[in-house]
Amino acid sequence: MMVKKRSFYEQSRPYLIAFIVLVIVIWAFSGIQFSGIKASAGQILGSIFSGLFHPDWSYVYSGHGEDLVSALIETLAIAFLGTIISSFIAVPFAFWAARTSKKFSSRSTFGKFLLTVIRVFPELVLAIMFIKAVGPGAFAGVLAMGVHSIGMMGKLFSEAIENIDRGPEEAIISAGGNRFDALSWATLPTVLPEFINFTLYRFEIAVRSASILGIVGAGGVGAPLIFALSTRSWSRVGIILIGIVVMVTAIDWLSGTIRKQLLK
Amino acid sequence: MAQSLPKRSMMKEWHIIGFTIFLFLVFAVILSAQATGVGQEFSADQFIDLWTKMASPDWSYIPAVITPLLQTIQMAIVGTLIGCVAAIPVALVSASNIVRNSFVRGIVRFIMNLVRSIPEMLLAALFVAVVGIGALSGVLALSVFSFGMMFKLLYEAIETVDEGPIEAMRAAGGNRNQVIIFAVIPQVLNQYLSFFLYTLEINVRASAVLGYLGAGGIGLYLNTTLEMFRYDRTSVVILAILVVVVLVDALSNKLREALS
Repeated sequence: MMVKKRSFYEQSRPYLIAFIVLVIVIWAFSGIQFSGIKASAGQILGSIFSGLFHPDWSYVYSGHGEDLVSALIETLAIAFLGTIISSFIAVPFAFWAARTSKKFSSRSTFGKFLLTVIRVFPELVLAIMFIKAVGPGAFAGVLAMGVHSIGMMGKLFSEAIENIDRGPEEAIISAGGNRFDALSWATLPTVLPEFINFTLYRFEIAVRSASILGIVGAGGVGAPLIFALSTRSWSRVGIILIGIVVMVTAIDWLSGTIRKQLLK
Repeated sequence: MAQSLPKRSMMKEWHIIGFTIFLFLVFAVILSAQATGVGQEFSADQFIDLWTKMASPDWSYIPAVITPLLQTIQMAIVGTLIGCVAAIPVALVSASNIVRNSFVRGIVRFIMNLVRSIPEMLLAALFVAVVGIGALSGVLALSVFSFGMMFKLLYEAIETVDEGPIEAMRAAGGNRNQVIIFAVIPQVLNQYLSFFLYTLEINVRASAVLGYLGAGGIGLYLNTTLEMFRYDRTSVVILAILVVVVLVDALSNKLREALS
């Protein structure tokens, strides 16, 4: 029996891939300077940890709006409003970008490209732009969050639309319904649970991003954190970090529970 | 004989649950609109001015952008690599089919969930405060971030592997290391590589803005051009990020398709 001899390329392919990966890794490591650590690094790390274990409890609630609870509520509000707004705006974008037939469709390709462009714009950059328009504050954060989420939710929604069973829609059309009937009686009821699922998922991410918008002055808990870091009040850094971790964990748990119920 | 239709209960007849949720949502929207001060004056001329300036990019700025752009990619690769490699042992410890002790698993998962809940920009802010300005703090932030992300993806993948080979290894007298090497790793390797590429995609995106806090990469240029009101240069920076992100996404999608 003749064993078909593998060509030289086939034989050397694994080595070639390994070589390319190795070159990329070496190149990547060559660009990072591992030596430039500040002399005080260990000490600062220690103070951050001691701040985490001795948090400034008095900052949690003071009653006149300059405290952790109100900052966290503002963060949640930014995330919530941004997600709600964009979950509605994303629906038409999703129908635009969904590829509903096997053929190449310029409409869907353009829609997908547009969503990618929206998605790639970093949230912080959008926040800076909106600050130019509405001034610093949480409103700029809401606008940035709303625009950025459209890109991501539009993508997820359009994939949900692509994956549904088109039978019910066809049945309505063939029974004499018009396209609007098909949309409201077949397509929307099928995709709605998916849409809500993705919206909740996006809300989880939005809470995380809303907590950093404060870095550029767009509201939320980021601003007090950066302020505490630059003034080296580690016990305050500690309590803010604890606040963020608790908030994110709670939202993740809540949204995870709702999503499990939805998809049952 | 006329059959009667099944009667819906009061709750269902009037859609009480749905209506309550709707009211709750409306209420939450109003409250959060108040909390964020929605409806401030939108000065359109400033906004339009910004966009018109950005619409005519200063192409001569491209050479200055290339080096930090490459550094951004390097940061993303190094950070992803460190985080994803570090995640392997931790993911193994918290997978229920490898470690039977649910107490150990619970503690590891709890700590990892806490790590995972910190956004990468906050990690970057912390690391800039600790190790100082530079690419290293960005790499560390990305490492910790990808560590948490890869941990979750990987331990879920390990928990859903086919139990057959594991049982066979155990029955033949294999110890835990042999079970991991011969029964688990071959089953999750492709998934691991695919998760790695996915993490890399996210990290490339994240590392593009990390520099805003002084954590290396192209984000620094985002900050300086915006502060100098050189929006024509800002748009070059943004376009460069766009090109890199789209290219990395496309490449990683191709590779992931080849893996599955």
